This record gives sequence, structure tokens and C-alpha cells, in this order.
Amino acid sequence: MTDTTDRSDTAELESKLAEATSAPVKFYQVGSFAVGNRLVDPSRRTVQSDLERTNSLDSGHRACQGCGEALGARYALDAAMRATDGKLIAVNATGCLEVFSTPYPETSWRVPWLHSLFGNAPSVATGVAAALRVKGRSDVRVVSQAGDGGTVDIGFGSLSGMFERNDDVLFICYDNEAYMNTGVQRSGATPPAARTATTEAVGQRPGAPFGQGKNLPLLAMAHEIPYVATATVADLHDLEAKVERAMTFRGARYLHLFVPCPLGWGAASSDTIRLARLAKESGLFPVFEAEHGVVTAASKIRRQVPVEDYLRPQGRYRHLFDRENPDGPPALPEVVAQLQAIADRNIARFGLLEDVPAEVR
Amino acid sequence: MLRQIEGSRAVAETVALCRPEVVCAYPISPQTHIIEAIGVLVRTGDLSPCEFINVESEFAAMSVSIGASATGARSYTATASQGLLFMIEAVYNAAGLGLPVVMTLANRAIGAPINIWNDHSDAMAVRDSGWIQLFAETNQEAADLHIQAFRLAEELSLPVMVCMDGFILTHAIEQVDLPTQAQVDAFLPPYEPRQVLDPEDPVSIGAMVGPEAFEEVRYLAHLRQIQALESIPAIAQDFSRQFGRESGGLLHRYRCEDAETIVVALGSVLGTIKDVIDELRDEGIRIGVVGITSFRPFPGDAVREALQSADRVIVVEKAFSVGFGGVLSTDVAMSLTGLTVGVSTIVAGLGGRPITGASLRVQFEAASRGDMDQLVFLDLDHALIEQELARRSTVRRSGPTAENVLRDVGAVSSGPI
Repeated sequence: MTDTTDRSDTAELESKLAEATSAPVKFYQVGSFAVGNRLVDPSRRTVQSDLERTNSLDSGHRACQGCGEALGARYALDAAMRATDGKLIAVNATGCLEVFSTPYPETSWRVPWLHSLFGNAPSVATGVAAALRVKGRSDVRVVSQAGDGGTVDIGFGSLSGMFERNDDVLFICYDNEAYMNTGVQRSGATPPAARTATTEAVGQRPGAPFGQGKNLPLLAMAHEIPYVATATVADLHDLEAKVERAMTFRGARYLHLFVPCPLGWGAASSDTIRLARLAKESGLFPVFEAEHGVVTAASKIRRQVPVEDYLRPQGRYRHLFDRENPDGPPALPEVVAQLQAIADRNIARFGLLEDVPAEVR
Repeated sequence: MLRQIEGSRAVAETVALCRPEVVCAYPISPQTHIIEAIGVLVRTGDLSPCEFINVESEFAAMSVSIGASATGARSYTATASQGLLFMIEAVYNAAGLGLPVVMTLANRAIGAPINIWNDHSDAMAVRDSGWIQLFAETNQEAADLHIQAFRLAEELSLPVMVCMDGFILTHAIEQVDLPTQAQVDAFLPPYEPRQVLDPEDPVSIGAMVGPEAFEEVRYLAHLRQIQALESIPAIAQDFSRQFGRESGGLLHRYRCEDAETIVVALGSVLGTIKDVIDELRDEGIRIGVVGITSFRPFPGDAVREALQSADRVIVVEKAFSVGFGGVLSTDVAMSLTGLTVGVSTIVAGLGGRPITGASLRVQFEAASRGDMDQLVFLDLDHALIEQELARRSTVRRSGPTAENVLRDVGAVSSGPI
């Protein structure tokens, strides 16, 4: 969902509510990071707020408290289930999501679900889609999902193959920026300066190095597949709209979903949504959509924050700040400046601020 | 219908008669002709409905097969050598999940040094994967085994690998009796999966299993393979009733009656061995051969029964366990536990080296006199070995072994460094 849509929807909503209450209501609630829902017309509320939602990933699983991936997976699959009228098959790579959802003999999945290996979820989904095609079941759709390691690293060859063949699969990457299931090791999606178990916060250049890592949404776009989108668990309306949009296309589609990990990031469980919001509002995680290799929309930053606001609550960036005075000036201001430069580049590149023209390359 | 046809082509046409619904293609010699021919049959509509997918690797080929099979489609692919190794994680996974994928393995050596020619190193590398492994002696048997493989796989819900010697079979043009579609349809019912991804009845396939049940799940896989020891001969019998020829089964015996020496082998080398045995029999030497068709599951009881009356057993193997010796020999020796039958090994045909009747004859004669070594590398060029050993003992930076040996035999034009 673009910001423009947001605004027009909001305007519509505001006029409706003004009639009812004679008081303007902000879609984004004042003083919080939550996106309003309860005051919206029931037909426009999220899938998650619907009592009839499928609970594709049901309660009782063993994710950590505040797990962004568990939220993201439930939101995304419930939206996909609604978009496909319940005719969905999910393929899962090895990783946290697989482990916490199916400890034998239990399963949290209320969709047909197949886990094969760590690095082959896109190919397995290709096989599922091929079987459905050969059997004439064009009504049943396929979602394949993995963490960032299973997507950008070990599963990348498989994913790239699925993209270039344009197989009818929606691939969702739940990006928590490291290998969390194995104990927080660096992946190709780990951001610079972040502490992981293999990029410890010691030595001359603590944390993950600058100048490394890959941008999977851009790589997906380079395949010119029908649809690529990024989203965060902080904006449920946007996430669900993107899943629904993805399901209107046939062929390969990619959704890169930003999902904070309290355990791996050293953050409070209650900060998951807040951190996702700050990643977007700082510009570190650009939220956009692309079709056939061209960016079609970017969600504007509503209230820009310095990257420091995003970094400070996270243990993986603690070495950037003064342990004795954590709220004081950064201990490594030049590193924070480098991270701010990355955010600024995203803002310019994707046109994330109103006054910046959308220069998208 | 009898046709003069390339082995790969015969297999491709036979596989097409089995109506696979999803076929994955990734090129690797020497299986390429099989998958190319199936691709043509799909394009022309002779094989329909079928999704023919050009994947980006063998790992993807097996992974796509896993997804397709779990969604209820009959799935087939083919590979060889490095390709099999590249997909090995998915090979184990297909077996662990109990998905009845059928795959042709056009047996080829494994590098380094890279080598495209035939031996059995690839098949041996996955012998513990949980796949049923059937070895074809001839192109006729290779074609026939595929029909049986689909039925066996789907009956037991286990993947089946049909092993045929690369080039020796895949590229040999000879007479093959290809069945009709009606014959195959009568023998092979449509695929009815035991487990399937179905939105009407959602199941989770591939759940994590901890120590509380892992051993039981693995034991059940073992039980199904043991069950296959009965299904394989039953299906072969049914096949011979319907198609009028013998193919498949657990093992084949040739001139083993009253044999003092029995040779054991897998695959196409059995033809050469049979010729040598005919010569030796004519000379009064009591020798026979047992060809093993079902390598996994290994028919221990049937092998014991076939070999127990012999004085000695010679296992001719196109592979070996580096640092140990024969692979098949170990299984054969195990099946003879408690008996006094001696087991020796001839490692032969590595990387496509021709296994000649003359060389085998020397060994078989020595064995029947009781003076064959326990482990023989057939036709090993000892002088060449000594040259490289000398180089290694005198120079620290002696260089890459493969290149050194090639220079010594004169296969590299640049000559010695």
C-alpha cells in the first residue's frame, strides 16, 4: 500500500468518522507506533482483526516472546489464505520458523506445509507449483518461506532459479538479519556494525564489516519478476495489502519482510514492532514495491528519526555507545555516521521523504 | 517392439510410457541424452500431461522432484557423478520423507581428478541414503527396471534409483524390446500417494523429530527396505508374466551349479565376466557368477544362499572405499558370516578403464588355484605409481599428482616440468 493510498483512505475514513463523531481521527494513532485499526470501518480492517482469520500458524508454537518472524508468518499467510480462499500450500526452509512450528509430533500449521531442507525451499515450491499445474489446479497457490540465511545465502541459487523460470510461487523472506536458529551468526543480510556470534563486538572494527552484504529485493528486481515488495511487521495494513497484491500476479513474486528478533538483536521483547517502525522511519529499511524490475511505489517516512534512535535499544549495537552513559553521545560516532549515511542513501535512492524526488535506479 | 536403439533413448521412451507428470532436467554426462529425449517427447505432446523443468542445478532437480512428489505428481529425474553428489542432501531428504521419486543414475566416476567415464563411485556414495538402488546389466534391463521402479517406489512410498553404466550402456546402440503404452498402463497403476499436500486436508510434512522418536522413524524406513526384498522379486515375476521376459529381481545366477569359485558383480561388466566364465568352464574350471540387481536393499539371505556352497568368492567392483577396499565386498562378506568362504576383491574399471576378459581371466585362474591377492587393482600400472612416489619422496613441492601422472604417461604435450 502506498502512502498516497494511505492518505486517500485516511481522508475517506476521516470524513466518515467526522460525520459520526465530528472529530478528526488520525489513521496513525498519536503518541504510539501502532497503526490504527479499531476505528476503521470493519470491512477495511486487517485480516488479523477478523475473527474468521485462518490462524495459518496457530498458537502454541515455541517461538520466543516477541518473535517478529512468528508475527510476520502469521500475518502473511493469513493474508495469503484470504486472498486464495483458503487454497494455499506452504513450503518452508529449515530455520527458526520450521523448528518452532513443528516440534514432533505437534504442528502449528493449519495449511498444508512441507519442509525439506535449508537451501531448497524455492525449488521445492517450484515442484509443488508444477504438480498443481500438471493436475490443472490453478486455484491452489504456493507460498515458499525462509529466513534471511535460507534466502540470501544458502538458498540463493535455488531462489534465483525459481525467479528466472518465473515459477508461480510467492517467496517470503523473513529477514531478521542473521542466523538466529543456530545462535546468531552473521548472514549476507547482517547489517554493518551489528554484533553477531561470528562478527563479535571486539577488536579494531567491532561488529559486521561495512561494504559487505546483499540487497535481495534489488537482486529480485534484477530478475524482472512480476512483483517485488518489502514490508515490516510494524505496518500490518501495508503488509497484508502487499500479500494480497502479490497474489493477483502469476509467476515469481518476492516479499522481503523485516522481522526484528529480540534474542538475536539483544532487544526487549516488547520492542519488536517499535524497532521495525524505527528501521523504516530512519530510512535503514526502505519499504517499497516494484513490478517487472521497476519501483512503482515507496512508503514515505512519516516522522524521520536519526539512526541512533533505532540503534540504541539494541544490544547488537551496544558497542557503538558508551556503556557507562548509554544515553549519552555515541562511543563510536564515526560508525554511527556511516550507518546514518546508509539510511540517507536509501532515503535519496527510494525517495522516502516527501521533498526528495524519487530517483530510483 | 524390437528396436535398434541407444540405451538412453530406450530409457527415455520407457520412462515416458510410465507417464511421469514432472520431469526435471539438468545436464551432466552421461545422462544427458535421456533427459533431452524426454524433453522432446514433452514438446511434441507424446508425453502429456507433463511439466518438463529446466532447473539450475541437480540440487534443484531433486528438490523440485520432492515438491512435486509431495503434491501427488509422479516425478522423475536423471543424473550422474558430481550431479548426484551435488544433490546428495536432497537425495537423503527424498528418502527420509518417503517420496517415491524415480531417478536414473548413469554411473560415472567422481573427481578429483575430474573424469566423465564410467565406474560406480557415485552409486556407492549414496548407498546409505535410504534409496532403493537397482543395477541394470543390459539396456533391455535398464528400460525394464524403470517400469518396475515406478511401481516399486509407489507401492512402498520410497525413492528408487536405477543405476546403468554411463556410456557403456547409456550410449550403446543395441537391440531393445520396448513395450507398448497399453502394456505399461496394465502394469503400472496411476500414482496414489500415501501423503499429499492438499488444502482440503492439510498435513505437515517434514516436521522436526528429536531423540524421542528419530530412531523409530529411521527403523521404519529400514523396515520398508526389508519389505522391498519381497516386493522386488514379486514385481519382477509379475513383470515377466506380463512382458514375457526376465528382468530385475534381487540377483541373477549364471553357471553357479557345483561352482568352486563364484564371481559377484554389479551392472554391465557381468557380460564380460560371463564370457570369461564360459571359456573357463569349457576348460573344466568350476566357476560361475552372481549378478546383484538389488544393491539396496542388499539381499543378504539370497546372496548367502547363492554363494554358500562355493570355496571362494571374487567380488569385481567398479568402486572402492579409499583406505579400506571393496564396498560391495563388505556386504558380500557380511552375508557369509560364519561360513568359511573366502572373499577377495578386484577393483576394476575405475574412471572408464576397460575391463578386459583377458585381465579378468588371469585373476580368475589365479583365484581358482587359490593364489589371488585379497585386494587386486586390475591392470594397475605399477611403474607409473613408482615414478610419482619417487617424485613425492624427493621433492617437497612435487606438484599436482594427476598432472604428474598424465605427463608420465605422455598424455600432456608439455612434457615434464
